[in-house]
Amino acid sequence: MRVFVPQDAAARAVGADLVATALAAAAARLGIDLALVRTGSRGMVWLEPLVEVEVAGVRRGFGPAAPEDAAAILDGTSPKALGPVADLPWMRGQLRLTFARVGVTDPLSLADYAAHGGWRGLAAARAMDPAAVVAAVKASGLRGRGGAGFPAGIKWDTVRTAPGPLKSVVCNADEGDSGTFADRMLMEGDPFCLIEGMAIAAHAVGAQTGYIYIRSEYPDAIRVMEAAVSAARPLVAPFEIEVRVGAGAYVCGEETALLNSLEGRRGEVRAKPPLPALQGLFGRPTVVNNVLTLAAVPHILAEGPEGYAALGTGRSRGTIPLQIAGNVRRGGLYEAPFGLTLGQIVHDIAGGTATGRPVKAVQVGGPLGAWFPPALFDTVIDYEAFAAAGGLIGHAGIVVMDDTADMLAMARFAMEFCAIESCGKCTPCRIGAVRGVETIDRIAAGDLAALPLLADLCATMKAGSLCALGGFTPYPVMSAVTHFPDDFRRMARAAE
Amino acid sequence: MPSSNPAGSVADRAAAIAAVHAGREGPLLPVLHDVQAAFGHIPADAVPAIAAALNLSRAEVHGVVTFYHDFRTAPAGRRVVKLCRAEACQAAGGAAVAEALLARLGIGWGGTTADGAVTVEAVYCLGLCACAPAALVDGAPAGRLDAEALAAAVQA
Repeated sequence: MRVFVPQDAAARAVGADLVATALAAAAARLGIDLALVRTGSRGMVWLEPLVEVEVAGVRRGFGPAAPEDAAAILDGTSPKALGPVADLPWMRGQLRLTFARVGVTDPLSLADYAAHGGWRGLAAARAMDPAAVVAAVKASGLRGRGGAGFPAGIKWDTVRTAPGPLKSVVCNADEGDSGTFADRMLMEGDPFCLIEGMAIAAHAVGAQTGYIYIRSEYPDAIRVMEAAVSAARPLVAPFEIEVRVGAGAYVCGEETALLNSLEGRRGEVRAKPPLPALQGLFGRPTVVNNVLTLAAVPHILAEGPEGYAALGTGRSRGTIPLQIAGNVRRGGLYEAPFGLTLGQIVHDIAGGTATGRPVKAVQVGGPLGAWFPPALFDTVIDYEAFAAAGGLIGHAGIVVMDDTADMLAMARFAMEFCAIESCGKCTPCRIGAVRGVETIDRIAAGDLAALPLLADLCATMKAGSLCALGGFTPYPVMSAVTHFPDDFRRMARAAE
Repeated sequence: MPSSNPAGSVADRAAAIAAVHAGREGPLLPVLHDVQAAFGHIPADAVPAIAAALNLSRAEVHGVVTFYHDFRTAPAGRRVVKLCRAEACQAAGGAAVAEALLARLGIGWGGTTADGAVTVEAVYCLGLCACAPAALVDGAPAGRLDAEALAAAVQA
C-alpha cells in the first residue's frame, strides 16, 4: 500500500513526522506492506498533516491527521477522510504549472521527476540556439516573480549579449517577506524544477556557474536543495550549481545586497547602474532571478511559450502562486492565472477569517506591501492594477487581519522592521526608519501635528532610498494612514 | 589580545576551517557558518585567523560578522528558539504567545536564561505563515503555537 506524507516544513511544524512514524508502526501491527513516500505539500496547510493513501490509482486524503489516526487511515475507517485529493475544491480551482509536481512526487527522486515531465524543458532548450531560448521566455510574457515584475526575457537577453568570458546565474531564494512561502515549498517539494530552470537560464545566457542563495531560516529547504544539486550534477553539467546560506539579513533579498553577501561582504545595497545583468557577481554579467521565476521556465520551454502567454490578464501573463496566510480559515498555496480579485481570494478561497470576525485589512506583498481595506477588494491580481491601487503584488503573499488589528501598531511595526533590517548604506532608510517610529509614537500619544510630518518623511524615504527596503516601507505605513484614519486619531479624540 | 593555549587552539581550528573553503568564490560566509557551528559563536580569536587565511583584513571580517543577525560573538543557550514576530504570525496571535514565553523564562528578546538553558531570538518570517504562530526550536519547525504548545516545545 502506497501512502504519502508531506515532509514540507509546514507539515513537519504541525506533526507530520510523528504521523509518518505512527503510520509505519500501525502498518507493521496490521501486517500491511507499507510503502511510505515523503512528498512536498499540496499547499492546503490548514489540512496538514495531510496523509494520502493510494487506492486503485487514486490518492485519497486524510487530514489534519494525528498519530492516533494512523490505524483508521490505513483501514479506511477514519472520519478524517476527505476523498480524492484532486477533487477537493482547493485543488480543482487551481492551474498548477510551476507547482505541478509539488506534493505529488518524492522531491529527491530523479526517477519520479523524469516520470512527471522533468527535464523536458532543458532538453528542448538545449536543442535550441540560446537566442531562441531567450525569445521563447520573452514570448511567454514571464515577469520576475520576486516582486519587481521585470520581464525575465529582457534581463536574460541583456546578460546573453553582454561581453565577458564568465557569466553567472544567481537564484534569489532569500524569501524574507512575511506571508510568503512559495519559494520554500518549491525547494522542499520539487527542487529539480528549480535546478532545471537554472540550467535553462545558463544555456540561454552562456553561464558557467550558478548559485542558490537560501536564507538560513529555511533549514529544511537548504537540506533538500543541497541533496538535489548533488544528485542532478551530471544532468546539468558542465553548468555548476552551489547552494549558499544567508545569515539572517532581510535586506539580502535585494539583488545587489545578495550579490555582496555571496561575495563574502556585508549585505549592503549597491547603487544601480551598473545593472547586475552587466556587472553582477564578481563583476560578471549575472542573471539574478527569484525561485518562482526560474521554476516557471521548464514548463514554458517544454510546452512552448504560447500557452503560458495565453493565461493571465493585461501585461501579467501566466500563473502566479498565491500564498494566503494570517487570520484565515484556509491558508496555503494557490496557483492560478493572474486575474483573481483580492475579494475572491480572501472570501472564496481562504474562507474569510479563522476567528470568524470581519476582515479589517489585507497586506499584499510582504512587509513592504500596502494594506488593503475590504473597500478595495475588487482589485485584480495584476502588477499594473496593484500599482494603480497604491500597492504592489510583490512575491504574492497575502496576510489577512481581522477587525481587532490596530493599524497604527502595524504602521509602527513596518518602520521598526525597516530600522532593524536597514543595511545602513543610504540615509533615508537608515535614519528615516528610526524617525518614523518616533513620529508614529507621537501620533499614538495624540499629537496629530505629526501626521503631515509622517507623510513628508515617507515621501523622502520613497524618493530617496537606494532600494525597496527604505523605498517601499512607506507603502504599509501610508496605506494604513490613508485607509484606517481612525486608528491614528484614537488618542487625540480621547483627549477631546 | 593574543593569549596562550586555548586561544591558540581557537585560532588554529578557525584557520583550518577557513582553509577548507579557501578555494571557493567569496568564501567568508560559509567559513563563518562553519566556525559558528564548531564553537557555537564566532570567538574573537577566530577573527584574525580567518582574516589571515582568506587574505582579508580583520576589519573586513569583523564588519561581516557584525552585519548579519545570525552570527553571535558570545555563546547562546543550550536550546535556541527562533520565534517569528512578522505580520502573518501577528495576525494569528503571535505577539501574545511570544510575550507569554518571554515572561515565563524571565528574559527579553535575544536574551538567555540565567541557567544558560534557553535563548529566545526574534526572527522575521520562517515561511510557516499558513500555520502561524511559528518558531524554530533548535532548527525544528513548530507551528499553530499557543502558549502551552510553545512551552512544551521549548521544554521537550
